[in-house]
Amino acid sequence: MGAVTAEMLPMAQVNAAAPAPGPARDERVLRTSPLRSVLTRPEIGAAFGTVAIWIYFAIVAGDSGFLRLGGTATYLEVGAELGILAVAVALLMIGGEFDLSIGSIIGASGMIMALLAVEYGWTLWLAALAALGFALVVGFINGAIVVRTGLPSFIVTLATLFIIRGAIIGTTRLITGRTNLGDVDETVGYDIARRIFATRFEISTDFFGMRSEVDTGSFPISILWWLGLAALATWVLLRTRFGNWIFGAGGSPQAARNVGVPVNRVKIILFMTTAFAAWLVAMIQVITFSGADVLRGQGQEFYAIIAVVIGGTLLTGGYGSAIGAVFGALIFGMVRQGIVFAGVDADWFQVFLGAMLLIAVLINRFVRGRATESRR
Amino acid sequence: MSQPATPSGTTSGPPLVEVRNVSKYFGSVVSLKDISMSVHAGEVMCLLGDNGAGKSTLIKIFAGVHPPSEGTMLVEGREVKFGSPRDALDAGIATVYQDLAMIPLMSVSRNFFLGSEPTKGFGPFRRFDMARADRTTRDELAKMGIHIRDTSQPVGTLSGGERQSVAIARAVHFGAKVLILDEPTAALGVKEAGVVLRYIAQARGRGLGVIFITHNVHHAYPVGDRFTLLNRGRSYGTFRKDEVSREEVVSMMAGGEELEQLGHELAEMAHQDREAGKEMADTGRQFAEEARAVRDEGDRG
Ligand SMILES: Nc1ncnc2c1ncn2[C@@H]1O[C@H](COP(=O)(O)OP(=O)(O)OP(=O)(O)O)[C@@H](O)[C@H]1O
Ligand SMILES: [Mg+2]
Repeated sequence: MGAVTAEMLPMAQVNAAAPAPGPARDERVLRTSPLRSVLTRPEIGAAFGTVAIWIYFAIVAGDSGFLRLGGTATYLEVGAELGILAVAVALLMIGGEFDLSIGSIIGASGMIMALLAVEYGWTLWLAALAALGFALVVGFINGAIVVRTGLPSFIVTLATLFIIRGAIIGTTRLITGRTNLGDVDETVGYDIARRIFATRFEISTDFFGMRSEVDTGSFPISILWWLGLAALATWVLLRTRFGNWIFGAGGSPQAARNVGVPVNRVKIILFMTTAFAAWLVAMIQVITFSGADVLRGQGQEFYAIIAVVIGGTLLTGGYGSAIGAVFGALIFGMVRQGIVFAGVDADWFQVFLGAMLLIAVLINRFVRGRATESRR
Repeated sequence: MSQPATPSGTTSGPPLVEVRNVSKYFGSVVSLKDISMSVHAGEVMCLLGDNGAGKSTLIKIFAGVHPPSEGTMLVEGREVKFGSPRDALDAGIATVYQDLAMIPLMSVSRNFFLGSEPTKGFGPFRRFDMARADRTTRDELAKMGIHIRDTSQPVGTLSGGERQSVAIARAVHFGAKVLILDEPTAALGVKEAGVVLRYIAQARGRGLGVIFITHNVHHAYPVGDRFTLLNRGRSYGTFRKDEVSREEVVSMMAGGEELEQLGHELAEMAHQDREAGKEMADTGRQFAEEARAVRDEGDRG
C-alpha cells in the first residue's frame, strides 16, 4: 500500500528526487531554487545557443564586420522580419497548431495593398487596411476549417498556402500583366507609412575612442516591432487568462474544453494572429522596397517554424515560449549573415540551418526532460 | 425495492439537477438508454455499475461534455441544454473526470484555475492574478492534506494520487451547487481516500448535491444516501440507503450476479477486511462517525 511505503522510507524522500505517494511532505515545500526555475524555462537552450553562436562568429568573422554596428544591424534586420512571424507562430504552435499559409499571406497582402494603391489610386492607408482585412479573413478561415473539421492544421494550411499563392499570381497577372508592382512610394500616404513601417535609425559610435574609425549602423524600425510584439506575446502568454487558455488548448484540447476553455475560439484567434503577423511583415517589405512581389514570403512559413522549434516550443503543442522564438529568429539572422561575414558561400546556409535545427531539438528535449520528467 | 426512492436530502423542492429518460448513442453504440436520475441538495447519489455500464457517459451529460441524444435535463426544475462544459460550470456544476482532465505540461496552479482564472486590473490591463492563483491552490491542497513542493511545477511531475487530489480540490473549489466525482478515490491511498470521503460528507453538509462514482463499496456505502445502478447502459433503479443493505449494494455493484458468486466475493472481502484492512476499517469507522456528525449537524441546521 502506497501510504505504508511512504512512512517506512522517510529518509529516502528527503532529497525529493523520488517522491512517493504519502501524506507528510512538509519538509519538501522549501525545496525550490529560483535558479532551477530559470534553467527549466523552455527558451533556455536557445538563449545559450544565441550566445554561443554570437561568440563563434565573433571569433571567425569578428574582424570582417560581424561585430560592427553595421554588421549587427544586418543580422538584426533579418532576425526582425522572421521574428515578427516567429513570435506569432510560437503562440499558435503552443496552442497546438501549424500555419503554413503565412508565406503566401505575406505575398498576397503586400500585393493587394500595392494593387489597390498603385493601380486603383486608393490612399495607402485604406489599401493597407483592406490587405489587413484580407489577412484576418484568411486566418479566420484557416482556424474555422481546422476546428470545425478536426483535420490537421498542417494539411489545411498547406492547402490555403497554394490556393492563396495561386490566386494572387493569377489575379495580379490578369490586372497588370506582371507579377510584381513598383512605385508604391508615389501613392498618397506613403510618407507616414514609411515612418511607421520602414524608418531607419542611424546609430553611430566610436566606442569611447577605442576604435580609430567611426562605426555606423542603420537599424530598421522592424526591430522595434519585433521586440514589441515579443514583449506583448510574452505578457499575454504568461500573465493573462488568454495565455493560460493557449497552453491548455495546446496541451490537451479535450481537457481544456472540459474545464470551460473556449478552445475553438482560442485557436481561431491564434490563426488570425499569425495572419496579422504576415500582414505586418508584408507592410514592412512593401514600404521598405516601395514595391510588391507575389512571390514574397516564400519559404518563410518553414523558417518561422524552425525559429520557434529552436526556441524550445514543442511541436505537439502545450509548451513553449515567445521569447524562445525571439532567440530562434536571432540565431537564424546571425547564422545567415554570419556565414557571409565569415566568407563562406551563402549556399551553405541551409546546411547550417538544418544542422542547427537538429541540434536545437536534441538540446531542448534534454532541457524539457529535466523540467518535466516524472521525478519518481 | 425496485420503486424509485424519494429524496432523503435535507431540503425539499425540485432536484438540483435531474435527467429524464436520457439516451446517448455514439454512432451505433448505445451507451445509455432511457435513464432517469436526480440529485437533491444535501444528498449524495452514488452511481454504481460495472466497467462500461455508462456511468462516465451519464455524468458527462450532467457536465455539459455530451448533449443527450434523447431525453431532457433540468437544473432546479428548469429545462436546460448545455452547449459546453462552460455552461455546466456556470450553472454551478463542477466535475472531476475519470481521466482527471489535467494538462501534464502545465503547472499545478495554472491547471487548477484553467478556464476560471482570477484576474486583476481593468480593460486591456486585466491580467491573470498568478499570486492569488498560487496562494489559493496551495491553501486548497493543504486543506486536503497535500503539501505541494511548488505550485509552479508541471502536473506531469506529480504522483497519481497528488494529481487526483488537485482535480478534486479544484472541483470542490469551483462546485457551487453540484459536485460530480468520477472514481475520485481510485488512485488514492487509504488516508487520502478518507479525506475525499470526508470532503463529500462536508459538501453534503453545506447543502451541495454530490454524484459519486466508485467501484469500492467501503467508499460508497458510508457516504451514499441513494444508489443508482447502471447495467449495460440501462438503469436497474434507484434505492434509498434504508432500503438496501451493504451486501445488496455489493450485489448491485457486481451487476446483480448470482448469489453464490456474491457469497464468494463477500467472503473474500471479509477476509481482506481482516487481513489487510485494519487501517481501512479504522478509517471507515472514524469516517462513519464523522458522516453521522455532519449529517446530524445538517439535519439541525
Ligand atoms: N466517445 C465515445 N465514443 C464511442 N463510444 C463511447 C464513447 N464514450 C463511451 N463510449 C462507450 O459507452 C460505453 C459506456 O462507457 P462509460 O465510459 O460511460 O463506462 P463506465 O461505466 O464509466 O465504465 P468504467 O467503470 O470502466 O469507467 C462503453 O461501451 C464505451 O465504449
Ligand atoms: Mg467511467
